[in-house]
Amino acid sequence: MDFLHTLARTFLDFDAMGIVLPHLLKTGLANTLIISLWATVLGTILGLLLAIMGISPSRWFKTWARVYTDLFRGLPAILTILLVGQGFASVSQDMFGPSPYPLGILALSLISSAYMGEIFRSGIQSVEKGQLEACRALGMSYGRSMRLVVIPQGIRRVLPAMVNQFISNVKDSSLVYFLGLMVSERELFRVGQDAAVLTGNLSPLVLAGLFYLLITVPLTHMVNYIDHRLRTGRRPSAPTSGLDELDELTPRTASDKP
Amino acid sequence: MTTMQATQPVEDTFTGASLELKDLSMAYGDFKVVRHMSLAVAPGTTTCIIGPSGSGKSTVLRGINRLHEPASGDVLLDGKSVLTLKPDLLRMRIGMVFQHFNLFPDHTALDNVALAPWKVKGLSKHDARSIARECLAEVGLAERSEHRPHDLSGGQQQRVAIARALAMNPAVMLFDEATSALDPELVNGVLNLMADLCRRGMTMVVVTHEMGFARRVADQVVFMDEGEVVEAGPPAQMFDAPQSPRLQRFLSEVL
Repeated sequence: MDFLHTLARTFLDFDAMGIVLPHLLKTGLANTLIISLWATVLGTILGLLLAIMGISPSRWFKTWARVYTDLFRGLPAILTILLVGQGFASVSQDMFGPSPYPLGILALSLISSAYMGEIFRSGIQSVEKGQLEACRALGMSYGRSMRLVVIPQGIRRVLPAMVNQFISNVKDSSLVYFLGLMVSERELFRVGQDAAVLTGNLSPLVLAGLFYLLITVPLTHMVNYIDHRLRTGRRPSAPTSGLDELDELTPRTASDKP
Repeated sequence: MTTMQATQPVEDTFTGASLELKDLSMAYGDFKVVRHMSLAVAPGTTTCIIGPSGSGKSTVLRGINRLHEPASGDVLLDGKSVLTLKPDLLRMRIGMVFQHFNLFPDHTALDNVALAPWKVKGLSKHDARSIARECLAEVGLAERSEHRPHDLSGGQQQRVAIARALAMNPAVMLFDEATSALDPELVNGVLNLMADLCRRGMTMVVVTHEMGFARRVADQVVFMDEGEVVEAGPPAQMFDAPQSPRLQRFLSEVL
């Protein structure tokens, strides 16, 4: 019983949780969402650009997209965050002031864009070649064909993977704490950790963890739902006989049986 | 026929262009798939290209509208080399219909047809849609204009694809095995539509396995094998008195 009691006090100290809760909600949750949303938006834009470069007929574009992707997918996130967050501090100082917050977002965006790029590329490349061919045969340019027909189809196919990337960004946003954030800028993990250190009790971190799950678990299920809908979402329609459609043809053509 | 004219604002005749292939060769990498092909297609006539798979039939079509650039030789459209035209401008004058329809799955039938007049020809969305409506009516699909491709049968999809090509008001139509992917009862509907285009003066090059259609509609039939024209002539001669052993063999297999 003593052991269980100790466990409960360490992980489920509701008093300690209650004290940190407002701070977790107001500062932690808000910052986690801000960081991960920004990283997702910027990562999506950059990633789409990378994908377009990656499938472009230009070898030059292709190579750069490849190098970029290999670099940011191949490095540990924490290393990229530290390099970008401290390496560009002086540039950031002029633009955004002393806070490393924007650089943290930038670093996460760079990382997630590498993944997004691959997601988009696979989606766009999975669109049947005939779609581009049909566009080109109608006189559309390559760029317009891609923009109007091919890329929208590709993106729709990878919506679930995009949500997954957002979930990944939510979790990775905790790494930004490495750059040393001001009190008002701290995200869930850092707020929880601060409180845990102060009280010598892990319960605030457990609560922070619950907040992460509150974001990620519903999203995971939403992904599964979207995925299911995309694969099976055809509205069922009553079977119609192929003979019915013979009547659709005008008398002009129907009069001429082979 | 006369009853249709009363209700249809669509032009009843087309002004087909002439087409001439001069010593055309096409290659995929080092593989020459079409070798030194010459062929004249008079305005408003239909040429059917037949032959076994891998004979280069489809590639010839892709050379005409430069979806695949010719390796050598030339194609003349109304006497003018297509190689001197900008590919996009050339393709606005040449409609193409594919074996697997290649409709845009997230557009309705109407928007499939209206997209190119709107975005390529630069018509207003409203004008493009009214043209699209006329073209859909012409292929018997006025009532299906709001359906998406996956709600349509193969035959209906292919008729949408034909309407989509016609909406650009082309001078030549290319058909690449347009009925090969259709259920048998739906084939004739599409073939009749093609025969109707032919009768109304469209210049057509039709790659097909439908020998009945070729015999009935074509002005000339071209038999290709291994990238070369083996034999060409009017359908009666080609089907009733084939000269080359390879055409005889081919016909004995498919007829």
